[in-house]
Amino acid sequence: MKKVYKMEDLSCAHCAAKMEDAISKLEGVESASVNFVTQKLTINAAENLIESILEQARKIVSKIEPDCVILS
Amino acid sequence: MTKKQKKQLYKILAAAALYVLGILLPADEMILIAVYLVSYLIAGGDVLLRAAGNIRRGQVFDENFLMTIATIGALALGEYREGIAVMLFYQVGELFQSVAVSKSRKSIADLMDIRPDHANIMREEQWIEVDPEEVQVGEIILIKPGERVPLDGVITEGNSTLDTSALTGESVPREALPGNEIFSGCINLNGTLLMQVSKEFEQSTVARILDLVENASSKKANMESFITRFARYYTPAVVIVAACLAVLPPLVIAGAQFSDWVYRALTFLVISCPCALVISIPLSFFGGLGGSSRQGVLVKGGNYLEALAAAEIVVFDKTGTLTKGSFDVAEIVPAAMPADQLLELAALGESYSTHPISQSLRRAYGKEPDLTRIGQVQEIPGYGIEAEIDGSTVYIGNHKLMEEKAGVRLPEGPVGTLVHVAKQGAYAGYILIEDQIKEDAAAAIAGLKACGIKKTVMLTGDNDVIGKKVAAQLGIGQVFTQLLPADKVDKLELLMAEKSPKGKLVFVGDGINDAPVLARADVGVAMGALGSDAAIEAADVVIMNDEPSKLAAAIAVARKTIGIAKQNTVFALGVKGLVLILGAMGMASMWAAVFADVGVSVLAILNAMRALSIAKEKTLIKPVAADALI
Repeated sequence: MKKVYKMEDLSCAHCAAKMEDAISKLEGVESASVNFVTQKLTINAAENLIESILEQARKIVSKIEPDCVILS
Repeated sequence: MTKKQKKQLYKILAAAALYVLGILLPADEMILIAVYLVSYLIAGGDVLLRAAGNIRRGQVFDENFLMTIATIGALALGEYREGIAVMLFYQVGELFQSVAVSKSRKSIADLMDIRPDHANIMREEQWIEVDPEEVQVGEIILIKPGERVPLDGVITEGNSTLDTSALTGESVPREALPGNEIFSGCINLNGTLLMQVSKEFEQSTVARILDLVENASSKKANMESFITRFARYYTPAVVIVAACLAVLPPLVIAGAQFSDWVYRALTFLVISCPCALVISIPLSFFGGLGGSSRQGVLVKGGNYLEALAAAEIVVFDKTGTLTKGSFDVAEIVPAAMPADQLLELAALGESYSTHPISQSLRRAYGKEPDLTRIGQVQEIPGYGIEAEIDGSTVYIGNHKLMEEKAGVRLPEGPVGTLVHVAKQGAYAGYILIEDQIKEDAAAAIAGLKACGIKKTVMLTGDNDVIGKKVAAQLGIGQVFTQLLPADKVDKLELLMAEKSPKGKLVFVGDGINDAPVLARADVGVAMGALGSDAAIEAADVVIMNDEPSKLAAAIAVARKTIGIAKQNTVFALGVKGLVLILGAMGMASMWAAVFADVGVSVLAILNAMRALSIAKEKTLIKPVAADALI
């Protein structure tokens, strides 16, 4: 299942690449992408796992760029 | 500017004021240091905090950390003014960068602002506005003048003109009449329309286009992946070199000042963020994708943009791509009567037939046939028609009909689809029916040649004579005729072997029955995709309307985008490299280093935005009228 989340205050492109990398490596994630220009996070994962993946993704995002948040 | 950016600006101004005060004030050194420290904290407090926070979270080596080390290092060396100035300059650069990024985000968002926000629907005897996603297939919606068509459907009432430029890049409005199919994303210009919805919002044209454009950036160009890989190694490498630079030379070189080499190492740290590249390259590609979609050419990813820019051979399918795929009267050659009389005779005789050729004859005649002049009509399958017109027997059909039934001998004629006419046992002449070349087909080929495409090829299932004629008229270099669909793939393989290692082969088709060829080519381009889901699925690049000349425009956009991305790479790496070398030799101050970091980022972002503005430039290639019919 593919889910798209909006992000806010994503200001460093290098960080976006790091987030994409880290989220893609989470267990259960088939693919993930962080689009710096449109500030969108796309996660492709099994439906029952998506909530827990999102939680982990939030942590990753705030670790890499403290000001940046995932909206939903 | 956002609130956050404004706050940042005030902080910079306050810190700068204190800094200037410190320089001008003839005060005691201790007081000066206090003033400088306050200025430094105002300017860089947030950087310090973020650096500290990141270290706690185990994220070292980000730019906050590097700037903290560099500026605190400068302060520790007693270079107060430089430490503050560098932090100030860095913050100004960051602010510029942040403004530039939000600006570019906004222009890209505007570009893709084709999402309809509401649909007017009748609920409880009243027209109300609802989200397009709530509308069901089969419901009737109202579209007022000035509104965006929210869903795909068929007009049931009213007439108007539609601005399709957001979808096709075409500026000429399209007429919309009852019974016409219209597509979401167009703008209704002047009349009120009632439309029956034929697809759910998720399946509609506008939703598909948005999905395609937004996902395009996930297929990364080689250049983008290179930059991402590069960034992963660049920062650690520079930091390691900086560490060596601070420690080794003072130990090895006799008389080397420790503080001098630490300063050089600090300048290194300032340059170690790869941000200029990491921001500007994807931004250039995004701009290019947005720019081409504004022209009605959807490119499915940065990698295809890269391939288009390297196009060397362009292969066209004939029918439906270079020609209109519909029959029309091309030439009237009378033998014994005026041309208009010959056409009238043929049109009258074919009045009752539904064959495409009969329809083209009636279309060319242009008047309602006077059925009272027609007597008995007999259709002879495989031959043509025998009809009684104005009391005389007329034969209209192919050469077999002429020779076997009408009993006339034919003069030598051209090859093609000919409709012969004989009246009262005498040959009256023939009418040539052909598929017509699109108005801009010749311009399309000329445009490709002008932008340096080495070879243009046409593939067709048609016979040799017609195929060669079309190719000659359009100036196409090579033509393969009488091909079965499977043969097309073979010919493509042959051509693929001809290109240079870095060159790419582009195939342009109508996307309906050439899926294998589209898939085999480096870049598969489907034409006339507006309303054709199959074509949008099959191709890598989609031309929304029927104009083959858009291909040259798309190649121009692709080349410009790649050019901008290359400029940015060379510029950013060049400046950084130069400052690194100068810094190591002790010839570059920290000022230069900050410029190499944020200054270069800002310039690269501004340059990247040019990729987006390509869309606004007029396409150089204008369609020319086809001077001759085939």
